Amino acid sequence: MNILVCISNVPDTTTRIKYSADMKAVDYSGVQWIINPWDELALTRAIELKEANPALVQKITVITAGGADAEPTLRKALACGADDAIRVDAAGGDSLFTATQLAHAVKGEPFDVILCGIESSDYNGSAVGGMLAELLDYNSVSAVSSLNLEGNSVKVTREIDGGKQSIETAAPVVLIVQKGIAINPRIPSMRGIMTARTKSLKVVAAAAASPGSKVVGYQAPPQKSACKMIDPENMDELVHLLHTEARVI
Amino acid sequence: MSVLVYIENWNGKFKKSTYELVSYGKRLANGLGGSLTLLSIGRVAEDELKNLGAYGAGKILSAETDAPLDDKAYASLIAGAAKNNDASVVVMAHNGTGKALAPRVAVRLNAGLVSAVNGLPVSFQPFVVSKKAFSGKSLMQAEITSDIKVITLSQNTAGIETFAGEAVIEKIDTSSMTSGTKVLSTEVQTGKILLSEADVVVSGGRGMRSADNWKPLEELAGVLGAATACSRPVSDEGWRPHHEHVGQTGKVVAPNLYFALGISGAIQHLAGISSSKVIVAVNKDPEAPIFSAADYGIIGDLQTVLPKMTEAFRKFKSGN
Ligand SMILES: Cc1cc2nc3c(=O)[nH]c(=O)nc-3n(C[C@H](O)[C@H](O)[C@H](O)COP(=O)(O)OP(=O)(O)OC[C@H]3O[C@@H](n4cnc5c(N)ncnc54)[C@H](O)[C@@H]3O)c2cc1C
Repeated sequence: MNILVCISNVPDTTTRIKYSADMKAVDYSGVQWIINPWDELALTRAIELKEANPALVQKITVITAGGADAEPTLRKALACGADDAIRVDAAGGDSLFTATQLAHAVKGEPFDVILCGIESSDYNGSAVGGMLAELLDYNSVSAVSSLNLEGNSVKVTREIDGGKQSIETAAPVVLIVQKGIAINPRIPSMRGIMTARTKSLKVVAAAAASPGSKVVGYQAPPQKSACKMIDPENMDELVHLLHTEARVI
Repeated sequence: MSVLVYIENWNGKFKKSTYELVSYGKRLANGLGGSLTLLSIGRVAEDELKNLGAYGAGKILSAETDAPLDDKAYASLIAGAAKNNDASVVVMAHNGTGKALAPRVAVRLNAGLVSAVNGLPVSFQPFVVSKKAFSGKSLMQAEITSDIKVITLSQNTAGIETFAGEAVIEKIDTSSMTSGTKVLSTEVQTGKILLSEADVVVSGGRGMRSADNWKPLEELAGVLGAATACSRPVSDEGWRPHHEHVGQTGKVVAPNLYFALGISGAIQHLAGISSSKVIVAVNKDPEAPIFSAADYGIIGDLQTVLPKMTEAFRKFKSGN
């Protein structure tokens, strides 16, 4: 089996978001870029599966749609243990544009299991994985929190409201993964970093595609008013304030 | 200019979030000068469907089926209903189901998708919606430029309105639907309030110290009719199940009242709770960042504060 992991290149989750003067764009200067946390867990699980059964999982490929500035993030994925990488040379655009670019690069390629994170920590779209599945006309399972491979059968656990579901499907399939799929994200070893430099990173030209939406502008979220401190010996006061002031009980 | 809303059911029943979604769809249709059509898939009793009339439902398409369908089949039913009813906007809830289906539906309709939209559009023409970005650190306005538009609505951002009117039910055929995925088993906790539906959420962090200490927290939740939740390390440790994990990498919740007990207030945790109307924090560290996100704060040790808090709420509830 060949596994493809879709990688979104995103600002570190602790980044303070700054904007251009007209508030129409995010100012990315000085930002530290990382593998989107869910994608990092997806990649970790793919590596675990390959290590556990190298005869079953032959190759792990990572892919991103983005400019050349996304390449260090792909190299990091290679350093973690992916075998090769693809960059579709298409920066910007919304989820439909991105999914179209990925589908264009993937169509006809022999990937059995395609892993996408359930959302990207920048625009929180939760869209690319499902769109890619539809564009490829593959089955998909969303909110996947565990993954096992047995022959050509793909066994997953999917999180549902208040519980979980165990599902079996066959390759090729797109799995949209979330927390639980792997516990601790793989960190590149020194050796991994060295070998990553020699692994293949193929650049594919962008497909003709138009986005379905565009950003109009940004605003900083409203500031919270100061926290009212309550004496721990006076919980009746808390109850009173929640009832009469906040009116939530 | 019609609006199609896909309404999910839970064992044949609708929830509060359904009413919000339907009444949102009605307001959207009014804003666009069009009509509202609902689509229900599965088996829902006629009374349950008819009840939605009070929230603005006009036409309800009911795709009755007992067969387990996969996401592809659901998406084809939703996109098909959108086409047949000339929908210009398709709306789903921003929950597990909406996240799974909306992207597929968008591709089928060649539509732009903006997910986790807050409330009604900022403008109908052009179609501009508002949503959070960067896990709650930013507010963004986005225009959907395609002919058909798909959105998922963030729960508790639109509120529920009632309308006078009656729903008309129309059955649609599902006999050709198949599934490429097979459900082997389903495990759902019953009798518990769903985190996504709860008005009040009581959440514990590493400050709760161990799994054994959850009893008093559950007691408080019981008194308040609240759902229970936790921070990431708590679920990572296995003190609580994964589906209770709230935050950037877990669930995003937006209850009226959120209790953060022994939670430091890391930015990744706040990403999941910042849409809560009111946040109450208990922490022994006066410098804990949770206090800058909270509305009411108590500095103290949970071991002594929590039982007192529960007692005070119990007294209040029994007096009401
Ligand atoms: C990529 C990424 C994603 C993440 N996603 C999430 C996420 O989705 N959700 C999430 O929650 N975290 C997430 N985290 C982790 C996050 O950064 C914090 O580590 C985590 O939220 C801390 O959990 P906590 O508040 O329970 O524990 P701690 O930070 O250990 O805080 C415990 C708090 O309890 C207080 N306390 C201790 N004992 C008592 C007592 N007896 N009485 C009262 N107070 C007491 C302490 O003062 C402290 O403030 C993520 C991190 C990363 C890097």
